[in-house]
Amino acid sequence: MTPIPFVFHGCLAVQELVGPEAGDARALLEALAHASDETLFTHTAGTMLRRPVQADVYPNDFAMWVATELGDRTLAERLAMVDVFDAGSLDALRANLVAVLEEHLHRGPAAAPVAAEPFVFLRTHVVPVPLGVAARSLREFRDGLAEVHASALFYHVVEARYRLGRDRGDFADWAEHGLGRPDLAARLARIDAHVGSLERLRDRCLTVLDDALGTGS
Amino acid sequence: MAGPVRITLDDYRAVAPRGAVEFVMRLAETVRGRRLVHVTASRYGGGIAATLNRTLPVVNALGVETTWEIIVGTAEFDASARTLALALHGTEQVVTEAMLERLHATCVDNAARLPLDGDLVMIHGSAPFLLVDRRPDAGRWAWRGHGDMSAPQAQVWAFLRRFLPRYDAAVLSRPSFAPPLPIPRFLIAPSVDPLADRNRDMSRVEQAQRLDRLAVPRDKPYLLQVGDFTRMQDPQGVINAYRHVKKRHDVRLVLAGPEPIAGTTVLDEVREAAQADPDVIPIVLGADRDADLNALERGATIVVQKPLRADFALDVACAMWKGKPVIGSPVGGIPDQIVNHATGFVVNTVEGAAFRLRHLLNSPELIGRLGAAARETVRHRFLITRELADHLGLLAHLTK
Repeated sequence: MTPIPFVFHGCLAVQELVGPEAGDARALLEALAHASDETLFTHTAGTMLRRPVQADVYPNDFAMWVATELGDRTLAERLAMVDVFDAGSLDALRANLVAVLEEHLHRGPAAAPVAAEPFVFLRTHVVPVPLGVAARSLREFRDGLAEVHASALFYHVVEARYRLGRDRGDFADWAEHGLGRPDLAARLARIDAHVGSLERLRDRCLTVLDDALGTGS
Repeated sequence: MAGPVRITLDDYRAVAPRGAVEFVMRLAETVRGRRLVHVTASRYGGGIAATLNRTLPVVNALGVETTWEIIVGTAEFDASARTLALALHGTEQVVTEAMLERLHATCVDNAARLPLDGDLVMIHGSAPFLLVDRRPDAGRWAWRGHGDMSAPQAQVWAFLRRFLPRYDAAVLSRPSFAPPLPIPRFLIAPSVDPLADRNRDMSRVEQAQRLDRLAVPRDKPYLLQVGDFTRMQDPQGVINAYRHVKKRHDVRLVLAGPEPIAGTTVLDEVREAAQADPDVIPIVLGADRDADLNALERGATIVVQKPLRADFALDVACAMWKGKPVIGSPVGGIPDQIVNHATGFVVNTVEGAAFRLRHLLNSPELIGRLGAAARETVRHRFLITRELADHLGLLAHLTK
């Protein structure tokens, strides 16, 4: 059986400022409760596309802003551990972020710090880009993945799982249904994309693929 | 030595991130046949002119027809446009009704003359802003603001704001630079060109020759700040940070900037400091400014950018591209470029700058590690190939 070819897509993020602005943790909480799904996506998983190689200290913009602008490392750490991939849905993610902020504000000091630079809400418009690279075998897939633009990792793993509802991501799906390798699919789906950069995600995928090809160290 | 006259997209393969050149080519295919028009006040000088000069041939070669028009007016128009730009960026100016009428009339004249029939027309800066008053119905128009416009002069903003709804979108360099706008606002960060004189590879021989000519001795490490000799760039603050460091580390401080155009008071103060300490070296850059800065950045051990207020401050990315850790202040686009503790340090005070300088000078391995991370950060986030892709992406999004 000839496997269904895997066609690599990259993507480009067109960033739009949508407001509102939040100057402290309470305003962030109120804005988060009403932010669109696209905005939630932009400030959580979407940060990976903006920082493909050098992951910032915190994996989402909320934690980063709380740490740098409010100087509240405790809240930043707790927001950082809200895992966009474990949440299961954007509604659940929003609920988790809101719960962390509510609990923190409930216990926190009355005089909350105010940011010099407010948190500004963005929305990402993802423009898919066919990269002209297709794979019909595990070897071709591995070699293609090694060379394509880092945004392909975002499109096929992060965007697919998190916003397009393809639960395990495109790589795992193709490994199972295109190659008939459920074992490989399970390993690819288990890769933790929450902490790290797209290039680190690529390295982890390549390690799994090299192992499957018998060429890993 | 100048770089190649005609640069193609292929020339960026050696420096752009993996797959980035193919990505731009494929992205261009998705918008092939659409027409992009840029309008600026000048074809020379400034970052946007350099970027367009470089990217236009590339984009056209990719099959996306792109033209670049210049608004033309009298000397009075040019003076009014400069005043308007300063007011828009928050420096209070005397702006008369006659000046605003002149700007409008010149834009109306130009709108009748210029071919502005693109699928996307990008109006850069304030001089051609009012062209939109005579825009055709077809096509999408975007206003590209370069720099911090968060606190424009009220009178000027009230005038310009009347015309904003004629635009379909605004494009800004970072969120904090945006004035309140009644139209969709998009973000595109500026970029550096790794093949331009400022950033191209430079042999050690050429670098040494340039440093010798600039009278920068090479017998001990030096710290560098690049910027105008103005209070806003705070060279005195950098000198004070250096003095803290100098007690423990035998280093020099090089302060390089262009010839001052609004008085030499600050430069005189720096020169006075240099007379008292020969390890403080002020350099007034000449005609070969970009290549000289390239050599200075490559020779520096650590780069400091500590302005009190700034626009995007791409000098930071230029230094990072040469593998230098940068210690910068949290103003303008500096915090967007420095990944704090990973590629350099964002500091608030003279003491903070001094502390981080000593921290790095005491840990040479950290200088190398942060510098390498700095170069990779620029490679992925601030090279011209990324900005080129962003423009094509915006064209795709606004004209879909």
